Amino acid sequence: MVSIKGRQDGLLVVLDEEQDWAAQIAELEAQLEIQKAFFAGARLTLQVGGRPLVMSDIQDLQARLAQRDITLETVVSDSEATLAAARHLNLATDMASHQPPAKAAADLQEPPVVSEEGSWFIHCTLRSGQKIHHLSHVTVIGDVNPGAEIIAGGDVVVWGRLQGLVHAGAMGDDSAVVCALDLSPTQLRIGSYIARSPEEKRRRKVRPEMASVSEGRIVAEPWDDKKRGKK
Amino acid sequence: MSAKTITITSGKGGVGKTTATANLGVALALAGKRVVTIDADIGLRNLDVVMGLENRIVYDLVDVVEGQCRLRQAMIRDKRLSELYLIPAAQTRDKTAVSPQDMIRVCDQLRPDFDYILVDSPAGIERGFQNAVAPADEILIVTTPEVSAVRDADRIIGLIEAEGKDTPQLIINRFKPDMVRRGDMLGTSDVIEVLAIQLVGIVPEDEAIIISTNKGVPAALDDKALAGQAFRNIARRIMGEEVPFMSLRDTSGIFNRLVNLIKQ
Repeated sequence: MVSIKGRQDGLLVVLDEEQDWAAQIAELEAQLEIQKAFFAGARLTLQVGGRPLVMSDIQDLQARLAQRDITLETVVSDSEATLAAARHLNLATDMASHQPPAKAAADLQEPPVVSEEGSWFIHCTLRSGQKIHHLSHVTVIGDVNPGAEIIAGGDVVVWGRLQGLVHAGAMGDDSAVVCALDLSPTQLRIGSYIARSPEEKRRRKVRPEMASVSEGRIVAEPWDDKKRGKK
Repeated sequence: MSAKTITITSGKGGVGKTTATANLGVALALAGKRVVTIDADIGLRNLDVVMGLENRIVYDLVDVVEGQCRLRQAMIRDKRLSELYLIPAAQTRDKTAVSPQDMIRVCDQLRPDFDYILVDSPAGIERGFQNAVAPADEILIVTTPEVSAVRDADRIIGLIEAEGKDTPQLIINRFKPDMVRRGDMLGTSDVIEVLAIQLVGIVPEDEAIIISTNKGVPAALDDKALAGQAFRNIARRIMGEEVPFMSLRDTSGIFNRLVNLIKQ
């Protein structure tokens, strides 16, 4: 069994300690392949139980992950051999005390997180160059500026102006929705659909809107109309 | 007495960081403050040119950091203002010749003898930017009312917040009131809406800046230059004074109203 979970500081992959290593890696790769775009750029923590791994095993996995733009950051194991191998490769081996490596200033700062899994609640403005990856729903209290990106497995709610790029339902869920007080994204993606804002800058009245997929395309409707429709 | 270190940065190049540094240095010194400006743009130095001190350079920042000279030896006194100094960048080296720790050390060494240390940051978000921001107590972001410059400023603000520094303040440079009026340029409120940080000054586009830059005489020394006035106002705001913003848009507004009256 291979399990992939979203954590506050990246992905957590748990591998069975009994099953064949090569088979598990193949399964992991297959799972990552399904949602390539979603996992790209992620940082990964690997949990292998008591399985003893040598340096070349880890290096091989690192290379495979690197091809998908995923960084192996931490290896957690009960096996001393595995931990020693991971330390030789300058990987973290302790999940609790794990701190992101001394960041280059160019790295994005992960905004504060309330819940580890489930919804991610972000209480700040996302600025150009900042990128949020989350397996489930994302709520932002603040603006999402042009150049910022949110990639979420679930719905995205922005209590503010949404001007950046948002991908809701990024694992292939076409029923996901995106809501914003001012919905003017550079590009909006829901599941497998992509829409972009009209080129010409029309000065419309700003009002809360909700975007969803309807009849094969992304449609944004004012929140009021949406409510009325439900009555 | 301990100096306040202010870093002037922008992300995008060519928006007027160096001009702002030189003019704020001059304006603060005119107000009787002891000021030292540091050019952190190693390899592409030009603060010395804008300040008209190019021909006096003997030692530079890299010499100080590498211990080739004493700090005082690299400090060039301004030819007009006796309380204004410049530490120039090296021309022949690159940004890796100085580390953020070096910058903090140099600034700490300067602090007892000055009121303000102004650091002119290079464009970009790499090592040079990190060097310039490391010693800062306050950071001023310079942007022009252009979408690309605002986008870069936004990125820079995010990075500065990630460094745990205080939220920077904003200078909008090369502002053209009549273009804004025609709807051809971003207005102040458009810029502030995206960046959501405190505005410390608006500097109008002014030919006097180009003339003064070429001459090596910062416009803040010129009583008649509008941009010079704007920089002097920013300097006063930095010193904690409440200075109303120059009525750049109001003039055009009155003018507009007059035109409208005549049309009627």
